[in-house]
Amino acid sequence: MSWPLKPMPLTPVPGPLEPRPWTRRIAGMLVIAYALISLIPLAWIVLTSFRTPEDAISYPPKVLAEPSLVGYVNLFTTRTRVTPEQMAAAPPAQSWYESLIRDQGMLMAGPSRFFDRYVNSLIVGFGSTFLAIVLGTMTAYALSRFKVPGKNDLLFFILSTRMMPPIAIAIPVFLMYREVGLNDTYLGLTLLYTVVNLSLSVWLLKGFMDEIPREYEEAAMVDGYSRFQAFIKIVLPQAATGIATTSIFCLIFAWNEYAFALLLTSGNAQTAPPFIPTIIGEGGLDWAAMAAGTTLFLLPVLVFTVLLRKHLLRGITFGAIRK
Amino acid sequence: MTAIALKSLRRAFGSFVAVKDIDLTIEDGKFVVLLGPSGCGKTTTLRMIAGLEMPSAGQILLDSADVTYVRPRDRDIAMVFQLFALYPHMTVRENLAFPLENERLKRAEIERRIADTTAMLRIDHLLNSRTGGLSGGDRQRVALGRAIVRQPKAFLMDEPLGTLDAEFRELMCIELRKLHNRLRTTTVFVTHDQDEAMALADHIVVMKDGEIQQSDTPEGIYTFPATMFVANFIGRPPMNFLTVEGAVQAGATDVQVAGQAVKIPTLRGSAARAVIGIRPSQLRVSDTGTLAGKIVAAEFFGSHQIATLTTDAGTVKVETDRNARLTPGQTLRLRLETERIVLFDAESEKLLASDTSLARAFGGYHG
Repeated sequence: MSWPLKPMPLTPVPGPLEPRPWTRRIAGMLVIAYALISLIPLAWIVLTSFRTPEDAISYPPKVLAEPSLVGYVNLFTTRTRVTPEQMAAAPPAQSWYESLIRDQGMLMAGPSRFFDRYVNSLIVGFGSTFLAIVLGTMTAYALSRFKVPGKNDLLFFILSTRMMPPIAIAIPVFLMYREVGLNDTYLGLTLLYTVVNLSLSVWLLKGFMDEIPREYEEAAMVDGYSRFQAFIKIVLPQAATGIATTSIFCLIFAWNEYAFALLLTSGNAQTAPPFIPTIIGEGGLDWAAMAAGTTLFLLPVLVFTVLLRKHLLRGITFGAIRK
Repeated sequence: MTAIALKSLRRAFGSFVAVKDIDLTIEDGKFVVLLGPSGCGKTTTLRMIAGLEMPSAGQILLDSADVTYVRPRDRDIAMVFQLFALYPHMTVRENLAFPLENERLKRAEIERRIADTTAMLRIDHLLNSRTGGLSGGDRQRVALGRAIVRQPKAFLMDEPLGTLDAEFRELMCIELRKLHNRLRTTTVFVTHDQDEAMALADHIVVMKDGEIQQSDTPEGIYTFPATMFVANFIGRPPMNFLTVEGAVQAGATDVQVAGQAVKIPTLRGSAARAVIGIRPSQLRVSDTGTLAGKIVAAEFFGSHQIATLTTDAGTVKVETDRNARLTPGQTLRLRLETERIVLFDAESEKLLASDTSLARAFGGYHG
């Protein structure tokens, strides 16, 4: 050995369970590839929404076309085609979107029903999510804490409501709704989505409730609170992660549901999913307007998920790391 | 300040009876420890006093008011849980304020009580920290504080020192005792640790299989265990048992052990088969001793040694001088200190009355 000794370079030695650098790189590339592939349709929809109706159906397809807001304008308005004489006789355009419509040789006839449908979607989606969470937390708490006769059978029964595709019961539901007058009402659709989501919400939330030590509520009850107060003040804040996770799942289902919305609603309570594909332009479907509708439709779930993202990630791994 | 009385209290879970018709009176201002092995029903008893568990039968009285089926919130009792149960989404201050908030106290009064309590427990510097990051000892103090701020009628503590390490547990024992001396609030404390019980209690209640074995001062429990179970459960090492030859009669002043006569305090009870109970510290190594035994093992504890001997009357453990030379195989002669001998009925495993135990029961016994 020669003196002076050279200092050893401090290379970190990976542990036996730690992935090797190249494994890590391959995994990273796979994830990126997967993300890109799943994002392509989304990107295409967003791009299409900013094209003119002509560019949207041009062949070969244009990846990058002149950006245009015609799709969005068409989505929110109804229009009539007029002769050049009528166009000339019309009063001057009041706004930028009216000019966009006139450039297509049309006059604005009025607003479209998209906005109403969108609001319907918000009401039904968030309403049913809220109900599923409120009922779900209480049911889950009860099943987690109290001795309920036949608890396991009950839980299995609750789960069994999801053992067939919900649409399999579409016809009985339709007939039942017609009989009691729930067809084409907010209440009808909200109730239906709540019921479908409830089993998921009870099961997910029960898992979270089971993880919360009951000493917390007992401490609160000894400290002068009723069980219900303890539930509100102590259990709910601790179940926040579970509630966030569950509400995202519930919202995504209720927001995207298409078949029941198509079947059970028409004029009054129709939500956005069955409405968007019916946007008809001149001589065919207005793809730009449809893409615009879809893009706007994506936003609330996206915002909701991003807001709760931290909770969602914790929620998915919850239970896996705790003892 | 409150006295707690349990009257034929019973709790059954299906066919399993966790607490079997126990009667117990806890005097006002006393520190009472429920002591017993796990599954003896001590925690169930405590939870019934708290109102977290409903009795199957019997009565619970707080200052002669029947609270058997009163909701926990209406009992005005504070409880400290084994795992502290500090609300993790709140700071220390919020945890302490939580029990006061629905008592309609003025903001200033709440602040004053929190300040007093945290000063007493020396946790004032932690007020704004979250409970999640606290050390075990600090959590313990906050949990105690949450009980103290309320100024409740009684404290219930369910093995609150169980999760602390040994050294810190001893420290907390002293602090708890000091706290009790200052507050003088009736306290019921559950543990399976005899050292904790001895260090803390005014009164120890030893339980086994849902029944009270003995309820007495620590000294009484140690000196005159009511049953062989208590004798064996308390003391480290536990009491030695030596089989007595033949039946014993009331009035006897000596019994036969391993072929030798052993003087005992005058018996006031009789039994067909009996057992002598004597603490390892009350066996003296002496050349004139009546009991001969061969050393099997010796353990050195610094201040003393414990020798394990086999004798004709059974295995015994003896506390000896720290300097004694103990070699396995060596034979020692032991003298039994008559005054400290207790006798048990081998059938019922219960203490046989003698002059010393009766003298104590009537207040005439000293040391």
